[in-house]
Amino acid sequence: MKSAVSAIAALLCSLLCLPAYAQDRNVVNITKGTFEAMPMAIPDFSGDTPEAATVGADIAQVIRNDLAGSGLFRMISPDAFVEKNLDIAVLPTFGDWKVINADSLLVGKTIITPTGAMATQFRLFDVFTGKQLYSQEYTVSSRDSWRRMAHIIADDIYEQLTPDSGYFDSRIVYIEESGPKTKRIRRLAIMDQDGANPENLTDGRIEVQTPRFDPSSQTIIYTALVPDARNPLLERRRVYLFDIETGRQEVIGDYGLTSFAARFAPDGQSVAMSLAEDGNSDIYVLDLARRQRTRLTNDPAIDTSPSYSPDGSEIVFTSDRGGSPQLYIMNTDGSDRNCENGPPGKACRVTFGQGSYSTPVWSPRGDLIAFTKQSKGRFEIGVVKTDGTGERSLTSDYLVEGPTWSPNGRVIIFFKESRGGRPSLWSIDLSGRNLKRVPTPGDASDPAWSPVLR
Amino acid sequence: MNYKVSFAALTFSVAALASGCASTVEEPAPVPTPTPVATPAPVPTPTPAPAPVVPQGPIPGSLEDFNVNVGSKVYYDVDEYRLDDSDRQVLARQAAWLNAYPSVSILIAGNCDERGTREYNIALGERRAAAAKDYLMGLGISASRIETVSYGKERPTDPRSIPEAWSVNRNAFTQLISGVTG
Repeated sequence: MKSAVSAIAALLCSLLCLPAYAQDRNVVNITKGTFEAMPMAIPDFSGDTPEAATVGADIAQVIRNDLAGSGLFRMISPDAFVEKNLDIAVLPTFGDWKVINADSLLVGKTIITPTGAMATQFRLFDVFTGKQLYSQEYTVSSRDSWRRMAHIIADDIYEQLTPDSGYFDSRIVYIEESGPKTKRIRRLAIMDQDGANPENLTDGRIEVQTPRFDPSSQTIIYTALVPDARNPLLERRRVYLFDIETGRQEVIGDYGLTSFAARFAPDGQSVAMSLAEDGNSDIYVLDLARRQRTRLTNDPAIDTSPSYSPDGSEIVFTSDRGGSPQLYIMNTDGSDRNCENGPPGKACRVTFGQGSYSTPVWSPRGDLIAFTKQSKGRFEIGVVKTDGTGERSLTSDYLVEGPTWSPNGRVIIFFKESRGGRPSLWSIDLSGRNLKRVPTPGDASDPAWSPVLR
Repeated sequence: MNYKVSFAALTFSVAALASGCASTVEEPAPVPTPTPVATPAPVPTPTPAPAPVVPQGPIPGSLEDFNVNVGSKVYYDVDEYRLDDSDRQVLARQAAWLNAYPSVSILIAGNCDERGTREYNIALGERRAAAAKDYLMGLGISASRIETVSYGKERPTDPRSIPEAWSVNRNAFTQLISGVTG
């Protein structure tokens, strides 16, 4: 019998690479494109006091939500548990967990110290082998941080049971929309990855769009329409940096031109964005320290939506230089490239499909590009390899737009609007499974996922 | 093996942002009561080019005059920014009117339908606004009197998700932003 670790490894592989790989493991049943998530038991964490036990139960609930929400795990209902009141210092009775078909079991305990600090210990067991896979203890200075602690523990568990790094200790920045469609108010908003702790960061007097995190998750870059100081009828579209801690907004790249579609380089030292001059949009890189700009495209076509490769050496972008909008890759240093799909040049065309491709976003793993595609009257979110092969559609609707990758490159969040409907955030696994709504207090668009916060 | 990770609770203090009244430009505020001022200073006979002379019509040189007798919008085909004959006629009337009222400055907003992504539509709206601006400049209107902005798909005239609305929403919208006397 294989361990839980290899079981999930098999599961992930079966979704993405080798369909036959999982068949020797009874928990992973691939049948006609469906699969069974790993059954897991996570009892409420115990506590050294009733107060600590209450927090422990909350922590366990967040961990269950995170792991089940990934679509890779199935939480067994506590009603089914045979063994109750587990003591973290004592080995569980594995037979009691086998009979309810749990593959793995997480046992934890929360302690609140007299100073108000909080510690949580936990142990992860493989039920079939009866072995401990992992144990850890985390301490925070205030119990107010219990949610983050829970996400960090969920990341640990995810990393033990899957081949990927965790992504639960992360946040989403997005645009909160309100008001009628003809006079929409668009505020910058932020929340935890699971939708908890939503907060508006701007007050609606400026119209904010397409926010993105810097690698430290402390600064957001966005495009905003800001009224001219002398004539409020005149609004200018500029790229701004926004400091989450201070709430300070600072225009960057004000060359008297429209600037938009900005994203940070992976090292956070520079920004790629579009500047429009005499109606023509081209892509520039702005060095943030020296405030120096370098022009990367010089073409009468629309060139926009730049996104860096994880190593920062390449940029994928949208251009209609070939007729319809398609995806292209260029070198960040502006040098010529050898192209798989054509003659050498500054930029290589990646996509050749029918329809329009836009908003490319390079996966943190480096191998895939997610995009929005418009064809036959519908929009879809898809992925394609960087050499242009392996294009797959993950989901489609009247409008789906603006994919953003989880920090581990496993999940994509985007926004969706049904015909005549209102925008909301959704997530989907890279396999195309587990499409679900990401809860927000109001209408929401333009999501961007932060890196993992630690 | 026990290592401890500590982290402070994240706090966000959001200072008030740079102020500024973001009154939307889409529906220009009604111009202050158009009292017939003693003939505007440098105005030649304020008869807009092909304007039908209606006895009780808008006051010449007013926003209403511009919107009713000249036309504030030109319309584009899907993913296009080329001007057709009727667009050029509207822009020619705008140029004649702007020549008649040389103190007026305008903002041309490029707009798109909702069948495109936000960033691409910003770029497309820039093209549409620039196409209209270039045509006016070709008719002798100084670039210093023309500002442009792209609203992309964010400021639809018609909020519905139907082809009729999309065709209305693909436009370049000329607004009078200063110097209106009437």
